Amino acid sequence: MGILEVKGINKRFGGLQALGDVNLSVAENTTHAIIGPNGAGKSTLLNVLVGKLIPDSGSVMFDGQSVLGRKPHEINQMGISRVFQTPEIFADLTVMENVMIPCFAKRDGAFRMHAIESIFSEKSIRQQADAILDDVNMTEKSNMLASSLSRGDKRRLEMAMCLVQDPKLLLLDEPTAGMARADTQNTIALLKEIRAKRGITMAIIEHDMNVVFSLAERITVLAQGTPLVEDIPEKIKGHPKVREAYLGEAQV
Amino acid sequence: MLGLEKKDFRLLLIVIGLTLFAPFLLNPFPEGSELAQFNAGYPDLMQRFVIFGIFAIGFNILFGLTGYLSFGHAAFLGVGSYAAVWMFKLLSMNVLPAIFLSVIIAGLFSLIIGYVSLRRSGIYFSILTLAFAQMSFALAYSVLTPITGGETGLQLALSDPRIFGEAQTATGNIPVPALFGLEMRSSLEWDVGGWLFTFNAGYYLAAFFMIVAFYLAIRIFRSPFGMMLRAIKSNQTRMAYTGLNARPYTLAAFVISGMYAGLAGGLMASMDPLAGAERMQWTASGEVVLMTILGGAGTLIGPVLGAGMIKYFENIFSKINSTILHDWFAFLPDGLEDIVVAMIYPFIGKGWHLTLGIMFMLVVIFLPGGLVQGGQKLAGLFSRKKAEDNTKSSATEPAE
Repeated sequence: MGILEVKGINKRFGGLQALGDVNLSVAENTTHAIIGPNGAGKSTLLNVLVGKLIPDSGSVMFDGQSVLGRKPHEINQMGISRVFQTPEIFADLTVMENVMIPCFAKRDGAFRMHAIESIFSEKSIRQQADAILDDVNMTEKSNMLASSLSRGDKRRLEMAMCLVQDPKLLLLDEPTAGMARADTQNTIALLKEIRAKRGITMAIIEHDMNVVFSLAERITVLAQGTPLVEDIPEKIKGHPKVREAYLGEAQV
Repeated sequence: MLGLEKKDFRLLLIVIGLTLFAPFLLNPFPEGSELAQFNAGYPDLMQRFVIFGIFAIGFNILFGLTGYLSFGHAAFLGVGSYAAVWMFKLLSMNVLPAIFLSVIIAGLFSLIIGYVSLRRSGIYFSILTLAFAQMSFALAYSVLTPITGGETGLQLALSDPRIFGEAQTATGNIPVPALFGLEMRSSLEWDVGGWLFTFNAGYYLAAFFMIVAFYLAIRIFRSPFGMMLRAIKSNQTRMAYTGLNARPYTLAAFVISGMYAGLAGGLMASMDPLAGAERMQWTASGEVVLMTILGGAGTLIGPVLGAGMIKYFENIFSKINSTILHDWFAFLPDGLEDIVVAMIYPFIGKGWHLTLGIMFMLVVIFLPGGLVQGGQKLAGLFSRKKAEDNTKSSATEPAE
């Protein structure tokens, strides 16, 4: 029984069957990659997991509770954090404020009216924020506006915002998309370190096979909205069905 | 100090100083001099400065922090005014219960309107608030005449009950609003040299409320709640995926700013105990948007500056007429004088809106941060010059 159990998910957009009978089980304390050619339904599946899309049928259980029908902020409060393809951060706020907000969300829940207290009096929140910025080597940038960061730093900031909440499951949507080789290597190193140090369960959607094979402990291959195979990386590499799916795409 | 950072506390002190000494500061020219018409230190206008200052401070908590542009905030001001006048009619002429009720009623009213309007964001939110305000205006103007007085507005009458006060004074007049006997219209006048300074009770009451309102606004700006509101403006997607529900935050901001508007409305009725539907019209809602943007949305002091600026233009520029212009340019040859007056005339008197409009355009195009940004740029210019001078003087001059 995994921490995330997806059973029989179907999702149609008009005439297009985006997801057809998807089953997926992510075991606790592993890195699980979901790969597949373009249009395989990876993003649709991710949007179902975070509550942005509601499937036509099926069930999604996280940590023993159903996720379906809950809003994105409720799902986050259950312990699922998400990293986006292009980093979603609070661009008009400082780096420090960016990491303080998830600390408040973790401590106070989805809403709390604390309109009179000063931010500066929140010592413990400040300590948490300082610690995580130190972890991702951004301490000296804490007073910069997030919009002025480089793309790699924005990615690291977004990762820090997710990690400071200490999630039970971290969803990563193509975390290295559009990155230079050096940045990609840095991100892989950062993710490996997070995995080793914090033991957070991760589900990664990724195009870059290099990233997938250096991180994943299990891989699910999606094609045309249906899982083809699920196995350990060594077996996926030479799997005929996987080759077919990818080569098929290459011929088009 | 008072739970504020040093910089904010200094700003608060400046605002307190400015409001306390406004009767002096706004009357720089002696009575009877040429320039006396530019004096703004008379009670009626000073009251308007601080009351609209409160209105704009509250509006800025919603618009400046969350970026939700409400086009119907005058409705809350109007509701506050009606509530206050009804208290004068039913209870007594004491202003405190009247102001208290206007804040509460405006808060409840904004809770309902905000709950519905905040289902949408962006332009749809603006249109919803505008629609609600115009509906309120239309209701107040016609259908709800028994409550609002319709076209003539809600006025006090000798027949009002006023259960805790007197229905009429000993001389058979309608009593005036007062704070435990201190009449709001009463003033202390100080004639010194050629100057006449007026210290009005109503102004100082309103100024007290503005200072409290300003202080609370600083606290909100610097609180975790204020940070969440700025986060909503910045990125709602990340907000949701950080486990935060934006709706109650925006609704709370909406209600707080509605209560500020109600306070302004209640104070307005306390200075002059009547309320009309035109206070809720969309032009009045638009005015507070202009004030906030002109002064600098999202800044602490900007809305107060913007409110002062617009009210000054409305009351001072609009009074300049062609006779005064001819007086000013009498030194020019006759033909030229007429031409100059004809050129300036469209921008003064009834044409003050034109001047305001041009100024607003200039600010929006060149200073998107409003007057506050203008001030910062000026300050930056001076400090840079100073720094340059310093480096120049300290640089060793080559010997000749």
